[in-house]
Amino acid sequence: MNTAEPKYRITGKSIGLGLTAIALVVLLLAAFNLDLPSIALILVLVTLPLGMIVFGYSSYLGLPIGIKNDGVWTRSLSNRGLSAWIIGVGLTTFYVLLYWFPEILGQGADGAKNYGLIGFFDPLSYAIKGSPASQWFVYGTLYSIAILGLGIKFIFKYRHNRYQFWRTVSVIIAQLVLAYFIPEILEGMNQDKPYFAKDLKYFFPLNYYFFEDWHLNNMMASESGTLGMFYFLWGLVGFLVVTPFLTYFVGKRWYCSWVCGCGGLAETAGDSFRQLSDKSLRSWKLERWLIHGVLAYILIVTGVVLYGYFANSYNFMGLDIYTYFRKPYAFVIGAAFSGVIGVGFYPLLGNRVWCRFGCPMAAYMGIFQRFKSRFRITTNGGQCISCGNCSTYCEQGIDVRWYAQRGQNVIRASCVGCGICSAVCPRGVLKLENGPEEGRINENPIIIGNDGIRLKN
Amino acid sequence: MDKIVIIGNGVSGVTTARHVRKRDPNAEIVIVGSETKYFFARTALMYVFMGHMKFEHTKPYEDSFWEKNRIELCFAHVNEVDFENKSLHLENGKTIHYDKLVLGVGSKPRKFGWKGEDLPGVQGLYSCQDLMQLEENTAGIKSAVVVGGGLIGVELVEMLRSRNIEVTFLIREPYFMAGLVGSGESEMLMDHMEEHEVNVKVNSSLQEITSDNNGRANGVITENGEHIPCQMVGLTIGVTPNISFLENTSLEMNQGILVDPFLQTNHSDVFAIGDCVEFRTAPPGRRKIEQVWYTGRMMGETVAETLTGTPRKYLPGQWFNSAKFFDIEYQTYGSVSDQLPEGQHEFFWKHSNENKSFRLVFDSSDNRFIGLNVFGMRMRHEVIDRWLNENASADYCMEHLNDAWFDPELYRNDFQEFVTKYNQEFNKDIHLKSKSWSRILERIKV
Repeated sequence: MNTAEPKYRITGKSIGLGLTAIALVVLLLAAFNLDLPSIALILVLVTLPLGMIVFGYSSYLGLPIGIKNDGVWTRSLSNRGLSAWIIGVGLTTFYVLLYWFPEILGQGADGAKNYGLIGFFDPLSYAIKGSPASQWFVYGTLYSIAILGLGIKFIFKYRHNRYQFWRTVSVIIAQLVLAYFIPEILEGMNQDKPYFAKDLKYFFPLNYYFFEDWHLNNMMASESGTLGMFYFLWGLVGFLVVTPFLTYFVGKRWYCSWVCGCGGLAETAGDSFRQLSDKSLRSWKLERWLIHGVLAYILIVTGVVLYGYFANSYNFMGLDIYTYFRKPYAFVIGAAFSGVIGVGFYPLLGNRVWCRFGCPMAAYMGIFQRFKSRFRITTNGGQCISCGNCSTYCEQGIDVRWYAQRGQNVIRASCVGCGICSAVCPRGVLKLENGPEEGRINENPIIIGNDGIRLKN
Repeated sequence: MDKIVIIGNGVSGVTTARHVRKRDPNAEIVIVGSETKYFFARTALMYVFMGHMKFEHTKPYEDSFWEKNRIELCFAHVNEVDFENKSLHLENGKTIHYDKLVLGVGSKPRKFGWKGEDLPGVQGLYSCQDLMQLEENTAGIKSAVVVGGGLIGVELVEMLRSRNIEVTFLIREPYFMAGLVGSGESEMLMDHMEEHEVNVKVNSSLQEITSDNNGRANGVITENGEHIPCQMVGLTIGVTPNISFLENTSLEMNQGILVDPFLQTNHSDVFAIGDCVEFRTAPPGRRKIEQVWYTGRMMGETVAETLTGTPRKYLPGQWFNSAKFFDIEYQTYGSVSDQLPEGQHEFFWKHSNENKSFRLVFDSSDNRFIGLNVFGMRMRHEVIDRWLNENASADYCMEHLNDAWFDPELYRNDFQEFVTKYNQEFNKDIHLKSKSWSRILERIKV
């Protein structure tokens, strides 16, 4: 195929890729325990995001504003080609090491000094919180850089679309400030105090350990003081009040595509893979069983955990609560599903596998969105031409066209409100909006334009 | 129980089948078509070529849908229709009997009898086969000429540009989309095409297509005598009903298959729908032949009611349409033409540097709203349709533009500027109102 690009764009993209490659090579050398000066860390922290930004800027340089999907299904990366498999295998390996073999990444066992990749990040960790790095610190740093760098690329791509612009600014800030700097800095200020989750938006049930006895105890320990009590109350209010209310008013998108970390990575780093989601009815069915299954699972686990907490017992009906309830959930759902499959398989299954099939928070909000919310995607009368761009680019695998071509509003529990269906529609058919509940669900719409049918009794 | 046979697997035929099934669980329904086995949206062919979608994404229904709804798909070509014996003769030698026949046979790219129009390397764009041919015709080429400045023309140009093929776009009229949009909007579109490095030539008609030693198209000569070398020629001067296989039968046809308001042909058990239809008398306010996606769909909805025992006239409401010219979206509602007719006023606004414009046409005597063309902004069909049906005044429309606004959330509009300009030009004193959900959702009073 003839895809000659102007020289300046190729040069710019090459510089961007080169900068990113430098950072990755340094990280790889660090992982193999090469002793690198701390200037190397600064080099990585600069070139990694900068490379992504330069690449993103150059990709759309000189092109008129608009939808940039040319060649999505012919490129190796976005069409499950060789580069997709390489990235998929690489990411999956990283997650496996991160969750189950952190010592390979350089995590010092039992307080021993870090080495390798994790040791490489020690100076940054000391600078932010005054203590050595951990695998989660390294993960959080790389994760935040990915959202920042590829988020800015996304903004260049969708700079004509104000919804996409503000949504992306929001996920970048939410990640950097709420998920990364505030928790890490607070951690540094309270090193002698017991650990509890300090990401203000990391609500139960996405945070599956919120109600576990150790976490409750740590928040309410006397040495945790008002900070611990604040996080405990905020966690309860967030789960019971903030989430249902906001979801009622604007749909679950306030979380999934505006502030959530998983959603943030999916929308930025995962943008090239959104078209890979499975649109079949079969996968929709699987989705409903799985996601609600996970929600039921975490509610049962949490019920048991709370029983243990109040009954002051490690057993529930003769079963050890840690071994039979907490640990399997953390392993199967918390690590394998959300991490290894959820992100590792981006280039193969799409960028929202976790959000669509597994996230209990998404399931919880989805119930409100489906039955009690003001949010809908309005279909614009009879303008739909059934082209299918909306369905193709729906990362949640919703067959948006099914609704649009019959003039029906899209009311689906799984919609995360990313707004891409509306952006790629060539006929101006779709609009995400919040409005009166009355008439939101129109089961048997009459498509505007056909008066012979509309005027029937 | 009637056996309903539909020829044509496009949107008209498929809509008919679906709606017959909704209304009659027992009817026997067969769709015969030779383009593809499964229905696909031809509106998306361009996106397949550009790599936005794969062909499978163009199918609006899963393959299992048809069996589940007991709609039999017969992937075969009809050679002949025997109206007297109510049967179809297929290319594969089989014969299908029908009780009721629906002809949704679509259209085909029009040709004018130019010298060289049938050469290899020359083609139109309508069917799935055309797309496959385009893949062949563009393999490894560097330049192409597209003839005809309509909607399919600009789509073909965009497709070719997506593969970095140099394109010369020949437009017969003095400006692009003449007849549908004014020169102000047209200029904007032509500038935009230039931005996409399209070589637009207005006032240029095709004289002939030249060929190389191998008999393959290698250039065009315009009526101005200009010779433009190229390796592929796209002819997109419109489509014409695909009815040649029905010639020399008792079916009454002119340019298309002639039908009455019930979409019935001269045979009482034979109906025609979609692109291939020509109304004996045009529906109120409409043309005799209207070849757009949604009219096919609406005719399918209508004829399905007639076929299932509720005879219903085809009554298209207010005209509307939309398109996209590279990155500029376009919507039109009601009646707007390039030349302002006697007795009409218009309000026109164009953004100073963005690709946005707004043209509202109204009756000069009673201020009644007649039509609207917008570029670079989206309007709410339901609201505009109601304004047209209820003979809203232009003043009312301008005052309530926020109700009719359909751009994504967080976008900005220029409605305040519109109203100020409108007040100045027409000596009015209206004020822009904020959006009201209760007005938007007010249903049509029947």
